[in-house]
Amino acid sequence: MTVPLLDQGAASIAAAVREARVAAVEVFGAAHGRLLESHAGPDGIHAVLSTAEPPTVAPTSGPLAGVPVAIKDNIATLTLPTSCGSRILEHWVSPYEATAARKLREAGASLIGKTNMDEFAMGSSTENSAYGPSRNPHDRTRAPGGSSGGSAAAVAAGIAPIALGSETGGSVRQPAAFCGVVGVKPTYGRVSRFGLVAFASSLDGIGVFGRTVDDAALATEIVSGHDPHDATSAAVEPAAMRIGPGTLDGLVIGVPREYFPDSLDPSVRERCDRAREALRAQGATLRDVSLPHTDLAIPVYYIIAPAECSANLARFDGVRYGMRIEGDGIRAMYEATRAAGFGAEVTRRILLGTYVLSAGYYDAYYRKAQQVRELIRSDFDAVFASGVQALFTPTTPTPAFALGAISDPYEMYLSDIFTVTANLAGVPAMSVPIGRVGGLPVGGQILARHFDETTMFRVAYALEEALGAEAAR
Amino acid sequence: MTGAWEMVVGLEVHVQLRTRSKAFCGCSATFGDAPNQNTCPVCLALPGALPVLNARAVELAARAALALGCDVHRRSVFARKNYFYPDLPKGYQISQAEQPLATGGRVPLPDGSTVGITRIHMEEDAGKSIHDRFPGQTAIDLNRAGVPLIEIVGEPEIRSSAQAGAYLRALREILLFGEVSDVSMEEGSFRVDANVSARRRGETAFRPRTEIKNLNSFSNVEHALELEFARHVATYEADGAIAQQTMLFDALRQEVRPARSKEGSHDYRYFPEPDLPPLVLAADWLAAQRAALGELPAARRARFVGALGVSAHEAEILTAEPAIAEYFDAVAAAGGDGKAAANWILGEVLAARNAAGGAAAGLVVAPARLAALIALVRTGAVSSTAAKAIFQTMLTDGAEPKAIAERDGLLQVGDDGALEAWIAEVWAEHPDEARRYAAGEAKLQGVLVGFVMKKSKGRADPKKVNQLLATRAGS
Amino acid sequence: MAVTPDDVRHVAGLARLGIPEDALARYVEQLNGILSHMEVLQRVKGEAEATPPDAGMALREDRVAPVPLAIARERFAPRMRDGFFLVPRLATHEDAGEEP
Repeated sequence: MTVPLLDQGAASIAAAVREARVAAVEVFGAAHGRLLESHAGPDGIHAVLSTAEPPTVAPTSGPLAGVPVAIKDNIATLTLPTSCGSRILEHWVSPYEATAARKLREAGASLIGKTNMDEFAMGSSTENSAYGPSRNPHDRTRAPGGSSGGSAAAVAAGIAPIALGSETGGSVRQPAAFCGVVGVKPTYGRVSRFGLVAFASSLDGIGVFGRTVDDAALATEIVSGHDPHDATSAAVEPAAMRIGPGTLDGLVIGVPREYFPDSLDPSVRERCDRAREALRAQGATLRDVSLPHTDLAIPVYYIIAPAECSANLARFDGVRYGMRIEGDGIRAMYEATRAAGFGAEVTRRILLGTYVLSAGYYDAYYRKAQQVRELIRSDFDAVFASGVQALFTPTTPTPAFALGAISDPYEMYLSDIFTVTANLAGVPAMSVPIGRVGGLPVGGQILARHFDETTMFRVAYALEEALGAEAAR
Repeated sequence: MTGAWEMVVGLEVHVQLRTRSKAFCGCSATFGDAPNQNTCPVCLALPGALPVLNARAVELAARAALALGCDVHRRSVFARKNYFYPDLPKGYQISQAEQPLATGGRVPLPDGSTVGITRIHMEEDAGKSIHDRFPGQTAIDLNRAGVPLIEIVGEPEIRSSAQAGAYLRALREILLFGEVSDVSMEEGSFRVDANVSARRRGETAFRPRTEIKNLNSFSNVEHALELEFARHVATYEADGAIAQQTMLFDALRQEVRPARSKEGSHDYRYFPEPDLPPLVLAADWLAAQRAALGELPAARRARFVGALGVSAHEAEILTAEPAIAEYFDAVAAAGGDGKAAANWILGEVLAARNAAGGAAAGLVVAPARLAALIALVRTGAVSSTAAKAIFQTMLTDGAEPKAIAERDGLLQVGDDGALEAWIAEVWAEHPDEARRYAAGEAKLQGVLVGFVMKKSKGRADPKKVNQLLATRAGS
Repeated sequence: MAVTPDDVRHVAGLARLGIPEDALARYVEQLNGILSHMEVLQRVKGEAEATPPDAGMALREDRVAPVPLAIARERFAPRMRDGFFLVPRLATHEDAGEEP
């Protein structure tokens, strides 16, 4: 039985297109077929919000020649809408292109669709999308995770081997874990944010989904690099990511105890234990370490992220673009537009963020949160200074939860408990599949030092190699 | 009545920096283009667009702060100032709050007093709202949105409207000198808000202040301060109270009135701008900026008067523009005669520049050439009349003044034989004047010298002609 | 520091979010619920060592080179006339002032 080309990995597809063994349009057609199939019926996965036309000028060169890619709906593309899962930007087509989207296009990739997401990336299930939730391809009654749930589901459903997502507190890694794919959050500053619609600027970053570690490494290498249009983009040397499987001899991997609380789902713990064994078998030394301020990460995150979002979303005012609801006077126009345009979670976070920044509360909330964020950052500095080169943790406390299962906002926030720390500290992190529980994927998280994606991928390749088909299927 | 009262004023001045492009994007910062022509994803605040700071804006802001004697901080932090207004595209203004670019500083005024500077911070301008163009609508033009500004916050140390005017003129001079800004109140590149209060002489605490906006000329500032101060005093004398509020100056009616709506409690929710890392200035870069700044206008004026022998009034004009001051310095240095250099520049040189179209026409004669021309006059090689003719030629001819004088026959003739020949001709042609002069009518000497000068086409050395005529009369 | 309905009205006003009165109670309850989890931060003492001075931000050369717009402003603006964006009339600069 031969594996369909679409499932052979991005590098193989690109090679076949470059060598003219297959036309990019054919690959696109196959991806499009998968898209239609997976989206059919009342329990269609609803991973994409808009679907591209086949490429008119089919690419024949580039490292992603003819590779179908899906892009999260908060990353500006010139050809499809960039709605951010929000009514306020319904039908909005960006007049300029995000740097990461341009890099994929210039590498020869074909955009297949823009993917569903929690409105403005605020959520962990895609249930906050104004256009309805996506479904987990492994169990369509369950959430694909979020906020980049559409991208994760598109890759898991085999529509595209690669997708772009975005991270603010785990929005790539958490859905990657839920959907059984690889999800990468590079170091803050590694990938340009130019054209990524801002949620919380100091935490946001573009991330990458891949069906395999190799696909994810290839795509992350392509979208990385300094961008003069983003002042927070780092002028650093590129890191080798697509390094292939190898041993972990000499590598010290820390296992932070705070990420294995007593409350951890036993089946998730069991999968993590097996992954630790696999890492050891590959030559790594595992060391028990502590990141003592971990339990403060969610409170810190839910002050800083809403504060920044309250300012970032002020531009949606009906004056220059997007939705506008007329009212009696400017103030009524603003309020009507923003009331109609934003959903409940976005409204909640703007209120929260405005509150913590407002006179009399700034010091108690925002300033305090920034101080504690420094403590969380210094936890990572200390542990990496102690000789540990990478960390291994579960990506999420549980496998995918059922759609509609979580209604309390704070309970939903807790599903990011193991992922927000990397965003607060700015370090690179990724999720790789480490097995299944009752048919649902479980993700293991690898974190590394700032700009040391090379070590992170070294661990990821080894883990994927060691766990093999057991994790992926 | 106001004699028992003291005016207390602090000025906040917004200065547009003279850059080609905006503060955070590559749009032109030009004034007067078609509406919204100079807008891009960044200054339209399109979803996903990000700011990147203009290096030249930093340089000009630092230069202004250094020229005003401020401490420029090695590290400053941009912040978001949040408020909704349709000409503020992002819903926040990028400014600086807790960690501004510079603090401290002091501006010396001609009367010997000084006014302290609290802080200078960088920020971006908002767009323009036009309320009277379309009925029922406000029209928004974002060409100005994102143009780089500095805000210079002065200490409340100003005690009279005249001092306020002197402070603003001193600021303007320093900013022009540093080529920081065009400093045009008409075009909005220099905008003044005034905080005014009154207190009884001898009181040490401040009373409530009002803020006057919309001040669009220096004289309006002074006038508005007088009006508002008088209102405060009259209110206090009538046992009234002054409420802290914003006032608008109406230039047409020459009156200060409260801004239409009541001033609420502004809550700008400042927080550090996460899209911009801290601005870090290297110590050697700052030192180089300080060195490049050179001599400030006040110091330069003092030197012109003290070392180069020009009058205070002449020094004022010579330092009004950096280009003129530098030109004067170069001419004086090349020729060693400050007084003569000043006379030439304030006379022929500026007249020629004005005739050619003003400041844009430049100062075309190289300083060394002008110094050489001055030297020709001093040594008597050319007359001052001839020198003026030579100067006119030099405006279009690159030759040395001496070469022009030789070519055009303008070298002064001091040779007795040639002069005697011209005098003889004049004697013959004007027998009446000659006879009366010889008979002792001394006042005719000037007339006769004039005839000789005319005949010689200005080349005759007038001193020698005088001597020869005197000799002839005496013989 | 319990959030009151007036607090929510106040921040909704600052954020220009039109919140119907009948939705207010829900937001008050949710904000209090979320903020109760933040109280833990107040107990944290000590600060991280100040991070060493960073290199600071990269600056842009002062060159006129705007990112081009692939779609004309007129095509995406809700209301535009003669090149201006239009909004309901504001009589003076103070009309959209911060607070009612």
